[in-house]
Amino acid sequence: MNLHTNRSTEMNLPQKISAVFTELRSKKQTAFIPFIPAGDPNLNATGSIISALPRAGADLIEIGFPFSDPIADGPVIQAAYTRALNQGIRVESIFEMIHHLSSKPGWKTPLVGMVSYSLVFRPGVSKFLTRANQSGLSGLIVPDLPIDEAEELSAAVREHHLDLIMLVSPLTPIDRAAKIAKYSSGFLYCVSTVGITGERTELPSSLQAQLKSIRELTSLPLCIGFGISQPSQVQRWKEYADGLIVGSAIVRRLEKANEIGMDSAQSEIVEFVQEFSRECKIR
Amino acid sequence: MAIKSGNETLVAERKEPNSSTLYERISQVPDVRGRFGLYGGKYVPETLMFALDQLEKVYQEAKNDDIFQQELSRYLREYVGRPSGLYFAERLTKEAGGAKIYLKREDLNHTGAHKINNAIGQALLARRMKKKRLIAETGAGQHGVATATAAALFGFECRVYMGAEDVRRQELNVFKMRAMGTEVFPVHSGSSTLRDATNEAMREWMSSVENTHYIIGSVVGPHPFPMIVRDFQSIIGKETRQQCLDQFNRLPDVVLACVGGGSNAAGMFYPFIEDKEVELIGVEAGGRNSNAGEHASTIAFGSPGVLHGSLSYVLQDEDGQTANVHSISAGLDYPGVGPEHSFWHDQKRVEYKTVNDQQALEGFRICSRLEGILPALETAHAIYETMNLAAKRGKSEIIVLCFSGRGDKDCAEVARLEKQ
Repeated sequence: MNLHTNRSTEMNLPQKISAVFTELRSKKQTAFIPFIPAGDPNLNATGSIISALPRAGADLIEIGFPFSDPIADGPVIQAAYTRALNQGIRVESIFEMIHHLSSKPGWKTPLVGMVSYSLVFRPGVSKFLTRANQSGLSGLIVPDLPIDEAEELSAAVREHHLDLIMLVSPLTPIDRAAKIAKYSSGFLYCVSTVGITGERTELPSSLQAQLKSIRELTSLPLCIGFGISQPSQVQRWKEYADGLIVGSAIVRRLEKANEIGMDSAQSEIVEFVQEFSRECKIR
Repeated sequence: MAIKSGNETLVAERKEPNSSTLYERISQVPDVRGRFGLYGGKYVPETLMFALDQLEKVYQEAKNDDIFQQELSRYLREYVGRPSGLYFAERLTKEAGGAKIYLKREDLNHTGAHKINNAIGQALLARRMKKKRLIAETGAGQHGVATATAAALFGFECRVYMGAEDVRRQELNVFKMRAMGTEVFPVHSGSSTLRDATNEAMREWMSSVENTHYIIGSVVGPHPFPMIVRDFQSIIGKETRQQCLDQFNRLPDVVLACVGGGSNAAGMFYPFIEDKEVELIGVEAGGRNSNAGEHASTIAFGSPGVLHGSLSYVLQDEDGQTANVHSISAGLDYPGVGPEHSFWHDQKRVEYKTVNDQQALEGFRICSRLEGILPALETAHAIYETMNLAAKRGKSEIIVLCFSGRGDKDCAEVARLEKQ
């Protein structure tokens, strides 16, 4: 296995992100997208959890690259990043873990990296994207890179056969949302509430109206993130969205690994993902 | 100009300024995208774009509004106590034995530092935007106190984020903020210092952006902050320039200031940028030594990277993770620097030097003893460099030091260090 061959020439490939949504749409199902921070409590544990998620019903998996100063993330995810960084986690070792997963025989689930722009910029966009592609990532979310600064990256992702998933916030005017959709591929990440990542019990009802109007300007799948924490929230939102992203609620379960042991924490996460994805699959 | 990632492309071009048009070009920044040459920009979550656009718009209106400017001037004059004096430090001059040393006395402002210039300006902008609440980050506590002061003055609700480590180091300023009705919020995440307080304030701003204004205390952060803070602090350089012309009938030979994020330096330097005969020197914190994690000399040892919403020199590792930093002075203990400083450095318009912890303490002592002025430890870095430089220059030369703040807040820390 050569880590440095271009993924697009290899036999075993994860599905394209767009293909996942096409398939789910034809079945009238909603994608369930769990978020796992890399390296908390260690990279072996991250690999083990992620490899169990497709069977639990995850359609795509978001992998968080720990960053020292994550301004877009809430306290739960930042704490996970700090734990991982205190273990000395390196970006290269995350790519290696991802490569290990994506080259497993029969691996189909697209993996998407959630990465702060500092980590992309430091080695240089082209070098970072080359490694991302080689590792088997299907796309990137760069939460601190608005379209105004995304010129270089959005041009480069295409060359590296990666999707760039951009974010729309409740405060984004509709003409700007149209521009953001043009820069995006794979899906559009619709931030549910003004603020940072984290669990909330209620999502604002204005979100419905916003999703409807965004739907009119793009054919990209729309996925809701930030603030989804309970399977009971699924039914209300699946009508408006093509996918639901859950982060902090999973990370909070991961946090317990220290007390209850990694195996128990992993089973709790798998069960939680099963519950969510069951709700997403009910027609 | 296309912005390229990767260090080679960025650091490559350092130009020797040689024509007056180039000097003008160096002063005509940022561009419409918030760029100072390659640096600056807005690397923030989409949620903040709304607030940044609104702030930029309101600022441009206010800048051209005579009533706003008159009101700002009135508060600076009657409340802050401006203009601050340009004082001839005769005994420091004699001690150094060379060029004449003048101090621009920002320590005499209300609240004891230059930070109030920006806090009053931004509080007036917040009022113009009809926001009800202010938040801020603070390191040494000077910006926190300045913001708490402006909040009390204009009746805003206010919360200041401060690293837990700094809350310990800067007890007096914590007391002052609380006394003025501000909530001091200790930040325990990451390294528990200024950089974490900044993360926390930005996060909080994202969830409260509709009714809250975030007063960034230095020339850092996403556009338009580096420009706005520079402009509000430029009163320092404008006054200094005029005072020099009035008192000496000419401009100074050298102007010095300490640089953490770089707000007092930016405000002091900016009005002199086009005066090519004036040498500008920024002094960074050299900490204990030049090993990674032991200093806060961002321009000396850092490289271009993204931190707190802008592209600038940053102290970080090969992956792009922000490095830990150290300085004896809480206000300089920051791994980034304002994008305009990165630009001035690349353009060779400003020279950046390093002064370490021990040298800063020496600066503190000599200024206290010879002038009867206790400087802030931030300022003490620049004092040391000024003494050094004055000794090497002829007696007819004039050096102006931006005396950014008074040292009361640091007395306990200096006493503790002297006991060790």
